[in-house]
Amino acid sequence: MFETRWTDQRMENIVGGLLRTGVSSAAIVVLGGGVLFLIRHGLTAVQYGVFHGEPAPLKSMHGAIALAFSGHAQGIIQTGLLLLIATPVARVAFCIWGFARERDYLYVCFSALVLAILVFSLLSGSH
Amino acid sequence: MTVLEFTALVSLGSMIAGLIGALTGLGGGVVLVPLLTIFFHVDIRYAIGASLVSVIATSSGAAAAYVREGFSNIRIGMFLEIATTLGALSGAFLATMVPVHALAFIFGVVLLYSAWLSRKPRPPEDRAVAPDMLASKLRLHGSFPDTTGMREYNVRGVPAGFSLMFGAGALSGLLGIGSGAVKVLAMDQAMKIPFKVSTTTSNFMIGVTAAASAGVYLHRGYIDPGLSMPVMLGVLLGSLLGARLLVKTKTKWLRLVFSGVIVLLGLQMIFNGIAGRI
Repeated sequence: MFETRWTDQRMENIVGGLLRTGVSSAAIVVLGGGVLFLIRHGLTAVQYGVFHGEPAPLKSMHGAIALAFSGHAQGIIQTGLLLLIATPVARVAFCIWGFARERDYLYVCFSALVLAILVFSLLSGSH
Repeated sequence: MTVLEFTALVSLGSMIAGLIGALTGLGGGVVLVPLLTIFFHVDIRYAIGASLVSVIATSSGAAAAYVREGFSNIRIGMFLEIATTLGALSGAFLATMVPVHALAFIFGVVLLYSAWLSRKPRPPEDRAVAPDMLASKLRLHGSFPDTTGMREYNVRGVPAGFSLMFGAGALSGLLGIGSGAVKVLAMDQAMKIPFKVSTTTSNFMIGVTAAASAGVYLHRGYIDPGLSMPVMLGVLLGSLLGARLLVKTKTKWLRLVFSGVIVLLGLQMIFNGIAGRI
């Protein structure tokens, strides 16, 4: 390919690859953590009937990642789920750059606004 | 039930939901929450959290393919995502204040409505749509591969579409579903976007919409790793299988059966909501 012009089509190709990679890597991490979780807790009884909320570390990004690195099964799964949540966010961030290369500044603004809303959601409430 | 048995059954159930969801184009999210709450007696808040995560997985997986084929319009998607993400944030905050039985009731009503939408025959496509000034300013017009080569299309009704998208986002955030049916309605009916472009762009947007409320749910402790793991992997596997089978299967009867299932689940959710059993 000797395409040098930056077009929507080219952006769409990269976005497709980005989404696929994000989902696959998230699924692999969740599966890995899941196997570990079943080996360790497979024979305990389930308790999802009563809502008590997740323990504090699993409710925040850094908490879940820290647990994952210490080999905690639920922490690894939660980190995989975070990767999954990050995939569309990364797509929006990439579009800012892509539209900037097209010199379409109106859409740079739109993408930046969507990214700001997403980041606000991910950071709000994490004290 | 032990965790091992529970995980196996939930994976299987989620796989079937994902498979039928992909085959009918209705998505697996709408049946997941009732499946988990009614059959597995999971608290609706955990069910919503797990469903939301699986929605991101399936929509991103499918969007990857559609975007490359040139069906989805990333400009329309990005512009309307301003509305859906704001709606999703409001919905997710609202969900933490609305009583649980009311959530079940609203869910039931939405189920009945989406079943009704999916059964309604599509009117013949209005091919000659005059360009709208606002849509032209926003550069929303596009083209997509049709049987006779690339087909150009124009977009109208931007304010109506944008408002409907806010509603779709709010429902998604409130109930942990993709609300694809409302998104397609907004693009197809209000904005006169070709059906194929509407459905694929809707799919493209669902992931970002769900991600906007996922942050709120994570901090509120609704996303349980032990439950989300089989749900996400099951739905993802099922929808991948569904996409493979899609070419060979006659989906008309399947759609009918699925609509029937949705109606039954919807009635059950409404009943449980009123009876205060959820």
